[in-house]
Amino acid sequence: MIINPLKRVYLALESWFNLSFGTEWNPLYHLGTLSFFLFWIILVSGIYLFVPFHGSLEGAHASVEAITHQQWYAGGVMRSLHRYASDAVIVTVLLHMFKEFASGRYRGFRWFSWVTGIPNLWMIVTIGITGYWLVWDEMAQYIAVGSAQLMDALPIFSGAMTRNFVSGGMTDRFFILIEFLHLLGQPMLLMFMLWLHVKRLSNVNINPPRGLAIGTFVALLALSLVAPATSHAPADLGRVPSELHIDWFYLNVYPLLEIWPPGQVWMLTIGLTLLLMMVPWLLPKKDGPKAVVDLDNCNGCGICFEDCPFDAITLQARTDGARYDHEVVVDPALCAACGICAGSCPASNPFRTPRGELKTGIDMPQLRVDELRRMTREAIEQMNTDIKIVVFGCEHGIDVLGLENDDTRGVKLICSGMLPPTLVEYALKYGADGVMVTGCRQNDCYYRFGNRWTRLRFDGERKPSLRARADRERILVQGGAEPDAPSIKRDLVGFRERLRKLKQITLAEAGE
Amino acid sequence: MADMDKKPLRFLLQAFNYSLFMGVVWFFSNSPSVSLIGEDEAKITIAFSHAGQLREPCRMLSQEELNKLAPNMRKLDDCPRERSPVIIEAELDGKSIYSASLPPPGLFGDGGVDVFYSAKIPAGEHQLNLKMNDSVRVEGFNHQFARLVTVEPAQILLIAFNSKNGFVIKPASK
Repeated sequence: MIINPLKRVYLALESWFNLSFGTEWNPLYHLGTLSFFLFWIILVSGIYLFVPFHGSLEGAHASVEAITHQQWYAGGVMRSLHRYASDAVIVTVLLHMFKEFASGRYRGFRWFSWVTGIPNLWMIVTIGITGYWLVWDEMAQYIAVGSAQLMDALPIFSGAMTRNFVSGGMTDRFFILIEFLHLLGQPMLLMFMLWLHVKRLSNVNINPPRGLAIGTFVALLALSLVAPATSHAPADLGRVPSELHIDWFYLNVYPLLEIWPPGQVWMLTIGLTLLLMMVPWLLPKKDGPKAVVDLDNCNGCGICFEDCPFDAITLQARTDGARYDHEVVVDPALCAACGICAGSCPASNPFRTPRGELKTGIDMPQLRVDELRRMTREAIEQMNTDIKIVVFGCEHGIDVLGLENDDTRGVKLICSGMLPPTLVEYALKYGADGVMVTGCRQNDCYYRFGNRWTRLRFDGERKPSLRARADRERILVQGGAEPDAPSIKRDLVGFRERLRKLKQITLAEAGE
Repeated sequence: MADMDKKPLRFLLQAFNYSLFMGVVWFFSNSPSVSLIGEDEAKITIAFSHAGQLREPCRMLSQEELNKLAPNMRKLDDCPRERSPVIIEAELDGKSIYSASLPPPGLFGDGGVDVFYSAKIPAGEHQLNLKMNDSVRVEGFNHQFARLVTVEPAQILLIAFNSKNGFVIKPASK
């Protein structure tokens, strides 16, 4: 399987973090929640700083200096936490973008999340800019004049704003406007945009694992103590600041104003933003056919509604006169065509109609559960060895067909979450000695929850669960990406040995 | 992925990763620094808003013209709204540093002009000459300013204009 170079970089990074943090705490799996956690730090530290802050041209710098130095152990630390957490958010957001892009999770059904995510980055940056403005030091002066130049390049201001600043038009009232924007206007808008960003997702989690949150906070605290955030000299509009230690996470556009006219800086930023927003259509990928509901086999139990990672399924009152209260409806615009719903449907039970066609409540036109059962049966029949292993795997993890040999056959699913647990029982009952289920790396499912739901179903913690009578000794669940193929092959060898021993024991017991 | 069993090593790796993360955060939150002006440089800024004079003077209407108008429209004078462009030239030590002809903005060309120019200059003593024409009815420049100015390193020499005093060197406010 060919992996694009960006994905290879991402997978290497992911492997490194899995080694360091384990799959539960891997920060790459929690970049969104980590960003939220950093926002909480910014919010709490911001509230603390707001109380003694003096929002005026004369008082701002002095009050920030007092907070920083007279109360270094509290206010100073809070200021540093506020600043470094804000910087860290840019890192987590950029990594989040990189991850989604490298792993192809930005196009097709995901276009909405990608497109609504790009402006969020700019929104965060503008909040940072107004934050630095409030300190009213030389850097704030640099921001004020630079921002005015950028605004003046727009047809609505036509040069008035920069003139206003340099000729003494920066007033306390304007300062209060910036304060209002930073404390209320921009954060409110960001909250709305974040809501929009995750609107097409279900089971949205905003809290990272506790261990990761603690580790991140301790690291930020340590940095705050080792290198406290400080201000530049107070703003002086009569002088040009000679050297500024600018925050490149937020102010990277401003140095461009030294070499380019503001209009060109706008063109670059707007052009780059539009280019990023258009990426889902510049590098398109067509989604598969969407899930289809068969009301004759749907009792409206709602498990697929619970399991759908993309909020594509809704429950509504029954329309076909059947005795059930509800029926499910799929919104094709939201459906990712992952098949997790087919795996969750209790009617996807291959034992229901051993001979006839297996019709289920919700199914994938491109890979029906009936077809899956047929493929499983054929895979078992193709093997003529003492040990027979069926490997179910998804399209985004390791290539299951690459694991095939005389005693091992692969059955490719759209997502591992598409596998009805009863199909594992079915395979074991109809001749397979063992069943291996692969998929994406644990906690990094291409379809968000496929491998997680599979594990929970197999552990009996989520419906439809694998029944207790299914011999767990003969089942192996091991996710992994393409670079993990050697380790998965080793696991498969071990699994084969285990099955062989189990068979010997069974034969011995039968002999006795 | 195989998880590591050795917890101390894992914590060590985590500490390394957190340190790297915080190192990146710390470095780019302060560095690299930006130098905005050289040690021997200053800045001259010409910034003001000014409306050019009316292109045509107001004209008193004759009785005959007034009679043609409806009684409620009989305003004694007719003042065309369009203003003159503002032509400005600035010289430093005899060399032209800024020259612009700024048309009045607005649908009817009756708005005030925003003049803004800013550039680095060597610190020290300079002969500054400013000329401005704000009326198409005047030949040449009807506002002139010549002054020997001394600018300190990093100072912003702020030039403004108002109708009452003409060009002025403003002390920039904080």
